[in-house]
Amino acid sequence: MATAKKKIVQWEPTDIKAELLQRYPAKVARKRAKQIMINEAHGSAPPPEIVANVRTIPGIITMRGCTYAGCKGVIMGPTSDIVNLVHGPIGCSFYAWLTRRNQTSAGGDNHENFIPYALSTDMQDSDIIFGGEKKLAAAIQEAYDLFHPKAIAVFATCPVGLIGDDIHTVAKRMKDKLGDCNVFAFSCEGYKGVSQSAGHHIANNQVFTHVVGKSDRLKTDKYKINLLGEYNIGGDGFEIDRILKKCGITNIATFSGNSTYDQFASANQADLSCVMCHRSINYVADMLEVKYGIPWIKVNFIGAAATAKSLRKIAQYFGDPELTAQVEAVIAEEMPEVEAARLDVLPRTEGKKAMLFVGGSRAHHYQELFKEMGMKVLSAGYEFAHRDDYEGRQVLPNLKVDADSRNIEEIEVEPDPHLYKPRKSAEEMQALVAGGYEFKDYDGLNADMDQGTIIIDDLNQYEAEKLVELLKPDLFCAGIKEKFSIQKLGIPMKQLHSYDSGGPYAGFKGAVNFYREIDRLVNSRVWGLMKAPWQEHPELSATYVWE
Amino acid sequence: MLLRHTPQEITERSALTINPAKTCQPIGAMYAALGIHGCLPHSHGSQGCCAYHRSTLTRHYKEPISAATSSFTEGSSVFGGQANLLQAIETIFTVYDPEIIAIHTTCLSETIGDDLPQIIKKARDEGKAPAGKEVIGAPTPSYVGSHVTGFSNMVKAMANMALPTERKNGKVNIIPGWVEPSDMEEIKRLAATVGVDITLFPDTSGVLNGPLNGEYTMFPKGGVTIAELKNCSAAIGTLALGEWCSADAARLLDTRHKVPCRVLDMPFGLKATDRFIDALRTVGGTTVPEEISYERGQLVDLISDMHQYFYHKRVALAGDPDQLIALTEFLVSIDMCPVHLVTGTPGKRFEKRIRDITRDMPFPVNVRAKGDMFLLHQWIKNDPVDLIIGNSYCKYIARDEDTPLVRFGFPILDRQGHQYFPTVGYKGGLRLLEKILSALLDRTDRDAPEEKFELVF
Repeated sequence: MATAKKKIVQWEPTDIKAELLQRYPAKVARKRAKQIMINEAHGSAPPPEIVANVRTIPGIITMRGCTYAGCKGVIMGPTSDIVNLVHGPIGCSFYAWLTRRNQTSAGGDNHENFIPYALSTDMQDSDIIFGGEKKLAAAIQEAYDLFHPKAIAVFATCPVGLIGDDIHTVAKRMKDKLGDCNVFAFSCEGYKGVSQSAGHHIANNQVFTHVVGKSDRLKTDKYKINLLGEYNIGGDGFEIDRILKKCGITNIATFSGNSTYDQFASANQADLSCVMCHRSINYVADMLEVKYGIPWIKVNFIGAAATAKSLRKIAQYFGDPELTAQVEAVIAEEMPEVEAARLDVLPRTEGKKAMLFVGGSRAHHYQELFKEMGMKVLSAGYEFAHRDDYEGRQVLPNLKVDADSRNIEEIEVEPDPHLYKPRKSAEEMQALVAGGYEFKDYDGLNADMDQGTIIIDDLNQYEAEKLVELLKPDLFCAGIKEKFSIQKLGIPMKQLHSYDSGGPYAGFKGAVNFYREIDRLVNSRVWGLMKAPWQEHPELSATYVWE
Repeated sequence: MLLRHTPQEITERSALTINPAKTCQPIGAMYAALGIHGCLPHSHGSQGCCAYHRSTLTRHYKEPISAATSSFTEGSSVFGGQANLLQAIETIFTVYDPEIIAIHTTCLSETIGDDLPQIIKKARDEGKAPAGKEVIGAPTPSYVGSHVTGFSNMVKAMANMALPTERKNGKVNIIPGWVEPSDMEEIKRLAATVGVDITLFPDTSGVLNGPLNGEYTMFPKGGVTIAELKNCSAAIGTLALGEWCSADAARLLDTRHKVPCRVLDMPFGLKATDRFIDALRTVGGTTVPEEISYERGQLVDLISDMHQYFYHKRVALAGDPDQLIALTEFLVSIDMCPVHLVTGTPGKRFEKRIRDITRDMPFPVNVRAKGDMFLLHQWIKNDPVDLIIGNSYCKYIARDEDTPLVRFGFPILDRQGHQYFPTVGYKGGLRLLEKILSALLDRTDRDAPEEKFELVF
């Protein structure tokens, strides 16, 4: 494609958008135009809309995965004492086997840890033809006989829905038969919805229906919270738990990093839900509020300043001076080391430019860390977030569910006749809100990005390369599929899904890790090694005469 | 213990697979398709498969893996994926401009029954595939066989591109099977050294082991060309390395174009390499140069120098059938004892070949096709070994049982080198033995009491 080479400074955001679109067939260009927006200052005018959570264009080389990945891989995968059984041909189970870095310390009753096991019914052609229900029931029995887990979760894959295997009935029958093992199933066939997102929703519904509230162990600690949407990648959850514990806050249930069955089952006993990843877990947050009366707030433990802010927000909710004092003491104790690391890297990171294209929340959260390092985010976007993750939850009433997502079940919950209990009186809640406290609120990615930055939903391979070519960032953040094509271009690439085996990046210690990691990446000497001397100076200026 | 729930006592399982020693067909087809020059693999199914296959291959090769997908929605899953595939073909040629799209399927499109040849024809008729560009397809149902089957099916689709011809061109087709780019390079070097003009397909060297130089192209220089594939019917013969990976394609060329074929083992180790070189010489009508015999002698030299460390060491292996058969023969030839072997890939012949190769071993041998790593681990618990050879997933067993591990096969997610250094041929044999020795002697060094700690081995 012949385009006049312009200098970086001459590119206007509108030019860049036009450049990204011009190679596409007309229909594709029209569609992509709605998923690429130029961010505007947020003032009186209504912010620009973005189209998100719509079907992927076939052949475009998307980064997206499927519903099964969102359900089994993301939400249910990290729980150590539930046996996950994948009903399908072998691939789906194999690819989700230990490939997400949700670390676990196996804190269940008997220190069960089923995470290193990949279980599958390994469907064969005869199962496709005659149905796989019998094999599934037998597999559940065999898994039970081998492991005696307290729960077995069954996950559907693409062909299961097509051939009509009724996994829920099989699960119910086996639950009744086994007696002391909760068996439940997830209809998370890969073709449902348009991305991983549908799988989150399905996982939320089923874990809420089949597990939450089922524990009769009473949690009597003070300042009980749930940490929702934190998956302990690279130990993020460990670091957050360390800080919470130090503050005297009790995390009853993490959904779902380093979690156990009992954590899910006790989540109804918390007094506040703190949502990290809004996209994946907002459904559970809402249901916990409706059914049990637990209010939820958005928090962010990515970034030292964001961590401090989130801790203060939690303390403010409980309104106990003792807790507030402890939180302030912890922040005061932790921050000097963070600040020293920040000031150390700052001269080498300040002014550098980054791009972030990550699943459904990190493209937003990590901007805090880049801000702390004086770096500028030129462009960002999500694989599978919805409009509320971009534009804030105020757009929720206007969202229309399109044909591709219509069949994702919405479950209705009602206040529990026995367990519902308002955590604060209406007056107390009103007083908090009047003081600027925001419940059940998320402003989204766009609000935190500068005017003129480019926000792109469901970025594809072509656009990624084009953006890098046009804007020449100092750092590109995305996933494993993008990593090496970007690095071939000589641009440092940081994986913000797997952290490139690093981490934790959450909390105070995580911030220090991240500053050092980004400093290493953007200042690595390797990027200066790409050309050999004869490539840099190919002209022959003199010949040697060997003495 | 990472695998703390694996009991020593073995109970037969009829329905449950745990820790598979295989994965599904399409990833093999994707890998094979990357061995065609200018090819974009395409996954006709829902997009999760494609994302998983690309990720796994990327983690193994540390290289970009490009592939597109039909991105099925629920609607297309019910009414068929033709519209998705037609749109994908148009989008791919417009945006990415490959020379060829190689389509494989998934359990989704296979269960629905989408008819690939019909859809490809429609794409041609409607002009969505421009003139001069190719679109090929291979059915790869995930509920049949394994990733090896998928590889074989795509290689067969490549052979299917061969055009009828009367004229022989004096070349030999070599179908290397699922080996590393470095192995494909080594096979080409060996053939060139023996003086045989070959067409190697697929050929991922130069595609999945490329340099970092500030440039990125989705379609690097490497790969077998479309012209070569169309012309492989003119070859004087085909050497298919590996029954599971390569035989179907070779037999297709034989029946359809009368290109005689021989199915050989993959050239891992001494004897399999001997047979490969000998076959190459015979079919190519050349003599083997001294250089090759010299390399062979070096390998024999190393075996004799280090024999005391190999002798009667017990080995457990997990992997794919073609690789394991050749590797087992190699281990037996140096007097090691492969005692537990599993492959996840079905095929009774695997068990028979292993039984034949290990017939005279002084230890009982456990072997299972359609086995899994859970079973392998249980065998090891009951009957410990000195060494495990297998992919990265074996590291969990290796750590729990405190047994040295040599990484071999697919996928290797946690080490480097496999994409750059060969394990086929005599040179590859040297490297394999070096790795085995290092693993065994590192363990000896680690465990030796101070008074027995040795400087010289």
